[in-house]
Amino acid sequence: MSGVLGVDIWRGTEQGAFQAFAIPRRTHQTVLDVVTEIQREHDATLSYRFACRVGMCGSCAMVVNGRPRWTCRTRVTEVVEDGGRLRLEPLRNFAVVKDLAVEMTQFFDKWKEAHGYFEPGAAPERDFAVVPPESTERQLADAGIECIGCGVCYSACDVVAWDEDYLGPAALNRAWTLVNDVRDRGQPTRLDAVSGSDGCQACHTHMSCTTFCPKAIAPTYAIAGLKRAMVKRSLRGAR
Amino acid sequence: MPALFLAQRATAFVLACAVPVHLATILYAVRGGLTAAEILARTHGNIGLALFYGLFVIAVAIHAPIGLRNVLREWTAWRGRSLDVALAVFSLLLLVLGLRAVFAVYST
Repeated sequence: MSGVLGVDIWRGTEQGAFQAFAIPRRTHQTVLDVVTEIQREHDATLSYRFACRVGMCGSCAMVVNGRPRWTCRTRVTEVVEDGGRLRLEPLRNFAVVKDLAVEMTQFFDKWKEAHGYFEPGAAPERDFAVVPPESTERQLADAGIECIGCGVCYSACDVVAWDEDYLGPAALNRAWTLVNDVRDRGQPTRLDAVSGSDGCQACHTHMSCTTFCPKAIAPTYAIAGLKRAMVKRSLRGAR
Repeated sequence: MPALFLAQRATAFVLACAVPVHLATILYAVRGGLTAAEILARTHGNIGLALFYGLFVIAVAIHAPIGLRNVLREWTAWRGRSLDVALAVFSLLLLVLGLRAVFAVYST
């Protein structure tokens, strides 16, 4: 592959402008390769975030030609037609630190708010828990457990854009995996945490999170599961 | 809160059944060119119709304010107790006006 790739990159914070670059097109070039080449060869002041480069760490997500994506696993050929340009912006629904780097504190704080952490209870079991792989709970937990916390779903979510207090798809997905963890002893407080006006019931089922999740997780179904669990608990009477 | 979520879903179920009946009734009533007086003559004293529309009004008075609360929370910065009070008043208004209309059609 040869030729030149035109790239427009957001520079600044909330205020700023796109800066144009031109770099060689290369075979199998990823979007992250493009950003790295620009930062190393053209403008060392360009800020962005990455770590593993193999789709594990979830740190390199950006908005690529209008859609949130993990850039290390997105080839330029997937998103740019012949003669087209690459347009890179920071993730939406996050405060911008600088250029393509966003502030993710609020995103991860919401995982805590949603009780997205394992609660062993006051007296943890003495022995290993046996969780059969074929059990329904295990399969439901497995469906959402591979989240890498990249923020793509949060960037794509309309409800987060409308309501900054909404817990968001990633935190609710994590809560759902724990609701299905038979070892966990913190279900009442977790269901209370995700049942507020800013919790699972605020989801409009637009499915943007499910559409854009690079790990093919379906947070929409996790949120639907939380709604069912919340309703069941309400009908039984909160204890 | 779950109570509002549950109330909205439950009333949505009622409305999903009631709205088609309501529309079908309208179409049936005007099909033969009945006048308002002729329609009122049929609704007068009809307890089944009064109960149906009474339930319809109660469902609307619960369902609509909760949905409006969600819309306002998403599209404006209005939150908190003042929003809840305003929508409780709106709910009461729908309930009073709706039941008044049902009573008028039943008793006229």
